[in-house]
Amino acid sequence: MTAYTSNEQKDTRSGFGAALLQLGRINPDVVALCADLKGSLKMDAFAKEFPDRFFQAGIAEANMIGVAAGLAIGGKIPFTGTFANFSTARVYDQIRQSVAYSNTNVKICASHAGITLGEDGATHQSMEDIGLMKMLPNLTVINPCDYNQTYKATLAIADFKGPVYLRFGRPKVPNFMPIDQPFEIGKAILLSPGSDVSIIATGHMVWLALEACSILNEQGISAEVINIHTIKPLDTEAVLQSVKKTGCVVTAEEHLMNGGLGDSIAQLLSLQLPAPLEMVAVDDKFGESATPEELMVKYGLDVPHIVAAVQKAISRKR
Amino acid sequence: MTTTQMQALASQVRRDIVRMVHAVQSGHPGGSLGCTEFMTALYTSVMNHDPKNFTMDGRGQDMFFLSNGHLSALWYSILARTGYFPVSELTTFRKLNTRLQGHPTPAEHLPGVRVASGSLGQGLSVAIGAALSKRLRNDPNLVYTLHGDGELQEGQIWEAAMFAAGRKVDNIIATIDYNGKQIDGPVDEVMPLGNLRAKWEAFDWIVLEMDGHNFNDILSTLAKAKSLTGNGKPIVILMHTHMGQGVDFMTDKHQWHGSPPNDKELESALSQLKETEGDY
Repeated sequence: MTAYTSNEQKDTRSGFGAALLQLGRINPDVVALCADLKGSLKMDAFAKEFPDRFFQAGIAEANMIGVAAGLAIGGKIPFTGTFANFSTARVYDQIRQSVAYSNTNVKICASHAGITLGEDGATHQSMEDIGLMKMLPNLTVINPCDYNQTYKATLAIADFKGPVYLRFGRPKVPNFMPIDQPFEIGKAILLSPGSDVSIIATGHMVWLALEACSILNEQGISAEVINIHTIKPLDTEAVLQSVKKTGCVVTAEEHLMNGGLGDSIAQLLSLQLPAPLEMVAVDDKFGESATPEELMVKYGLDVPHIVAAVQKAISRKR
Repeated sequence: MTTTQMQALASQVRRDIVRMVHAVQSGHPGGSLGCTEFMTALYTSVMNHDPKNFTMDGRGQDMFFLSNGHLSALWYSILARTGYFPVSELTTFRKLNTRLQGHPTPAEHLPGVRVASGSLGQGLSVAIGAALSKRLRNDPNLVYTLHGDGELQEGQIWEAAMFAAGRKVDNIIATIDYNGKQIDGPVDEVMPLGNLRAKWEAFDWIVLEMDGHNFNDILSTLAKAKSLTGNGKPIVILMHTHMGQGVDFMTDKHQWHGSPPNDKELESALSQLKETEGDY
């Protein structure tokens, strides 16, 4: 049974904003750039307290990424902020050449990732960003699960030398990770030990995986829940160790199947430890307008889908 | 360095360029030959830099960004001939395991190169970021860039132009290789730039113009540009050049943007360029 509980709902983007302000206070090299979304990205407090270290780039994301690369070359630690779509797809070649290939110490921080952006619809919902970013050599890709983990991840990437893609979201979701839980880039966190199936989840889906774990427990199924916050580099050791024990896997993420966490796990397992795998993710579709809750149900990103995927994965073991 | 000495070095650099692209039968001689005087003057007599102590963050030195990365043969020759790395390394241009990649990159740790370029239109933004880092640490040194005129068709250039003026980045001097040629033909046919001076002025940049093949004009214009820094506005120089300058059959011919000379053409080119400092 899971020991994790949540008494509050908080948005992950606010965890980013709070940590960025903290970084401003403790690290004079940290600077921030934003493409006309500083309210949405919760960068207001940093901008107000450090006006000389905050650069409003306007609605010009390509230039923002380039300027950030230049600031990094000059020894600064730039954090860029805009929505996930505009942080990745819109500026892919700028990230590829000026950040990834040049290995500049830029922190690309992306809010409103996934389908839970909601009513704005598919133009603004990014469900391919993890895939785009993990394809690029040198890039580290991190997708924290709640406010506290986003806070810790934001602090951690400032101390890490190299380009990072940090992905978080818009809605208020359960805040359940203890704030004193250590955050180590590339290190998975075992949330709940189990023996019948490994549920490997990232981002907003981690809490839903824990809820599914409780339901499964009542059905007599012992599920192990692993939080993968770092998609790349993947903690292969943690995954393999778990699957050796449980013999089957369900991945859960607010992303397309193509290019997401499930895709990384599938590659790992088929190369090293073939095992039944089910993916809770969006299958090659764009999203649409609705509330985040409605969309999570319609696109199969909810607790019943995780439970069903677990049952299927276990049945394939036999 | 005197302008006579610069002339001599420029001739050697041009020999390097045509020999390098001939050796691997690939590369971009046209723009490289057209910007040879500018780069020679910049690296020998304008920039405050220390080739033996290259640092990525460029602290306490001027910095240069080559945005039109296909001029790599020119840049590598200049870097080698001013002491950043051994001249003999020019033999490795575009060959397996070289630091002298087809387009410049810091990935191979070549002294002098701070960011990858090749995909056009990105260097101005990067240079602006570097200029901001200097401003943040009160480093009075400057940031220089070079761009192709065809490159100005990229939208990111104008995003960067707007940003630099809007954020008063006044420690940057951008230079445009205004040769009027790009791969597919004359710039005015491929995609006209219109009134380029008026465009930059409308973006609130200080605009200077110079003859890119006249050392006295290059030196005096860069001196003027330097004197205009620190006044709240970024500076751009429209540098009038000829693609393929120095080699008669390449001059003003867009076909030489990215084509190497054959053996006979190399011989003809070298006969027009005096060996002044010893071939690599």
